[in-house]
Amino acid sequence: MTRGIRLSAAASRGSRGEAPAGPDAATGARTWISGLMMACLLLGAWFAACSRTACAAESLLNKKAPEFTRRDLNGGNLDLATFRGKVVLLNFWATWCAPCQVEMPRFVQWQRQYGPQGFQVIGISMDDDPELARKLYARLKLNYPVAMGDEKLGELYGGVLGLPLTYLVDRNGEVRARFQGETDLKTIEKRLKALLFKH
Amino acid sequence: MLLAARTPLHAQFSGGAPSSDSAFSIPSAQLLQPEELNRLLHAQGANRPLVLQVGSHLLFAEAHIAGAEYAGAGSQTAGLKQLQDRVAPLPRKSFIVLYCGCCPWNRCPNIGPAFKLLRDLGFTNVKALYLADNLGADWVDKGNPVERGR
Repeated sequence: MTRGIRLSAAASRGSRGEAPAGPDAATGARTWISGLMMACLLLGAWFAACSRTACAAESLLNKKAPEFTRRDLNGGNLDLATFRGKVVLLNFWATWCAPCQVEMPRFVQWQRQYGPQGFQVIGISMDDDPELARKLYARLKLNYPVAMGDEKLGELYGGVLGLPLTYLVDRNGEVRARFQGETDLKTIEKRLKALLFKH
Repeated sequence: MLLAARTPLHAQFSGGAPSSDSAFSIPSAQLLQPEELNRLLHAQGANRPLVLQVGSHLLFAEAHIAGAEYAGAGSQTAGLKQLQDRVAPLPRKSFIVLYCGCCPWNRCPNIGPAFKLLRDLGFTNVKALYLADNLGADWVDKGNPVERGR
């Protein structure tokens, strides 16, 4: 602590352009440089361990889900904030994503099964062409709202650079889980039930 | 002509045996690993490939390999036409790297048809970037060069 105070004083003197005086100042400067180097190393290690999209996505966990408003495929207003109080499964998908199409019929089933308990699925199509999304929406008889995504929404959610991607948002609007790629649906269901029936 | 009999997009997800233009149809000798491409991006002249993304334009806008161009989704007729038009003026020996990264390699509907098209057009130096999971996990997260925008 004392050393810290001395270091601050030495640094402060240095910043005012005064010459450092005596062995104390030299030791302080060395420690200050060592500390700076350690901080750089730690920062480097953090960057190495925490890559761009992974960290951006991780940083969403246990935080408020980024809010958004979009027109859904039926022309209605889709505002995430209006689902506060419900457990939301936010699913990014596309018609070209085969694993997405394995998941979606199950989401339809969950919406039917858990909807009365306060569960809501929201789909975000990352297709370039809304018409393709509309066709699949009809073919799979989706019973939940779907809106078209874009790069801004993708970035809000940590970068959607591979599908499928699913987030679980709790009744308070906080992100509680993220599932990237092909995921065992039982795992997702277990997590959503834990959120849904939490007391 | 080459595009006349493309498989409809949704037909590819109906199950059954893998189609002749699936990602699995690309010979392993024609696959390029991400670290190899990263090295090649620093090369000069003919050793530097033309990198074409043949998947989702939206995902391309979010992030794409630095210097890459969007060339249309390989799973769609219009996308393959765009790719065909892009490569039409190029010499058949041009070094071209295709990539998609929309979803896991064995599920990608785009890379196989795009690769097959270039092969059918007579291109002899085409590689497909092997992205096991997706562009985010296998390229961006590994610190490789990325650009944004369409």
